Amino acid sequence: MTEEQAREVMRTVLRPIAPEADLDSVVAGETLQEALDLDSIDFLQFVAGLAEVTRRDIPERDYAQLSTVEGCVDYLTTSH
Amino acid sequence: MPSLGADMDAGTITKWLVHPGDRVHRGDIVAVVQTDKSDIEVEIFEEGTVDELAVPEGVRVSVGTVLAHLTSASASNTSGSPATPVTPATSASPAPPPASSSAVRPAPANLPLVESPLVRRLAQRRGVDLATVTGTGVGGTVTRGDVEAVAPFTPGVTGSTARQSSSPYARRLARDAGIDLEGVVGSGPGGSVLARDVRGVAAVAPEKPAPASTPEERRRSMQRAIGALMARSKREVPHYYLDTTIDLSAAASWLERTNAERPVADRLVMASLLLCATARAVARVPEMNGHYVDGEFSPSAAVNLGVAISQRRGGLIAPALRDAEQLSLDEMMSRLNDLVRRARNGLLRSSELSDSTITVTNLGDLGVDRVFGVIYPPQVALVGFGRVHDRPWATQGLLGVHTCVVATLSGDHRVSDGMRGGRFLTEIARLLREPEEL
Repeated sequence: MTEEQAREVMRTVLRPIAPEADLDSVVAGETLQEALDLDSIDFLQFVAGLAEVTRRDIPERDYAQLSTVEGCVDYLTTSH
Repeated sequence: MPSLGADMDAGTITKWLVHPGDRVHRGDIVAVVQTDKSDIEVEIFEEGTVDELAVPEGVRVSVGTVLAHLTSASASNTSGSPATPVTPATSASPAPPPASSSAVRPAPANLPLVESPLVRRLAQRRGVDLATVTGTGVGGTVTRGDVEAVAPFTPGVTGSTARQSSSPYARRLARDAGIDLEGVVGSGPGGSVLARDVRGVAAVAPEKPAPASTPEERRRSMQRAIGALMARSKREVPHYYLDTTIDLSAAASWLERTNAERPVADRLVMASLLLCATARAVARVPEMNGHYVDGEFSPSAAVNLGVAISQRRGGLIAPALRDAEQLSLDEMMSRLNDLVRRARNGLLRSSELSDSTITVTNLGDLGVDRVFGVIYPPQVALVGFGRVHDRPWATQGLLGVHTCVVATLSGDHRVSDGMRGGRFLTEIARLLREPEEL
């Protein structure tokens, strides 16, 4: 998966969870929870969405990496 | 227009899902209503056939306005007598602006069957109380003739265009505001319309024939509505506040073990444990659960747990998880997932917004330690949870690091006191020490 594809996956997964969220507005280093006002349920739905799209399980210990845009992009681009 | 939460005063029908002639059943979703907060699916609590849709799509009307007329199932052989309309005359024409206005009055309980909205309006114009009229129509239905028999033409008022009397100032106000006086309920002598009646209608009139409000306008309007409700709460409800720090180490390690065995989609979040424990504890301290109305507290048997959900653009909505005390953790989690998703995307159901018996607010995700909430009238208690985090904790003479949360209670002193409130918070803490029992 390329970086652009990874961002597109994130956008697709976020849309039903946070319809008004703009991924491009998230500053590097900022967590998605802070930047997009995601609560724990939103974030779990986000991770569940990523797991569904990438068809693999995501253990809880990987959550921290998935909480920034860069971390997510790394996660999605390196394992496929 | 149902009241979908105590902070709502008007709504716009964005879509009718039924049409004249359709059969409806209890629990059917009949329309989608846009409020300042959300799009809401409105359910019906009657059986019958739709006679007439009284409010067209796109028109904003105040709470209490009749939206449609039904022929109830039991009266369906009486040739279409509208059995359930509950408010006197509402007329909202689908015509382009200026749309005619609606008069809005809460309804007396036992209105007789009336042949048509026209008869109802005639009675209103002539100042006739329909409850006192003996109906001679089919099944005791009140007809035009019955009303005219009670109140014949008033001299000086011309026949077919008969209007109720109104003051010149009221007429001018009505003309300026584009309001049809025929639909206005008069509060003057003999039902005559005074300036204040026109102003009342102008304030709630379908001022926008199309839902043209911008998100920013809706946000401001929502903020005003919440502000008005909170001001009322602070004015009327004698709040007391308690807080307690709850040790969540058992809950946190149970959660970690449980989630490790589950695929992402089936995992639980701490919030679901907090809500489950709260719902079970409420069921054991009934003074926290119910509504305080007209100087009296009515406890509720079911726990309909309102969950405050942030709408991100500003504003909160607190739809209810019904019968929450009976939900298992997994059921709680899936109901919560569903509720949050629908709250954020617009479709909540009317029943979810009108019957919370206690509310929980969980601001912990935003990083605050504790929240001292304002009770949502007519409820009598609000539970707040702060941030779940590790802190030093002394137990049995040893200092350790435990996962904790601060739980707060805002209680209504007219119904409970600090003793009972303390008992309630202690019960929540106890339940969270044994998460496998939840």
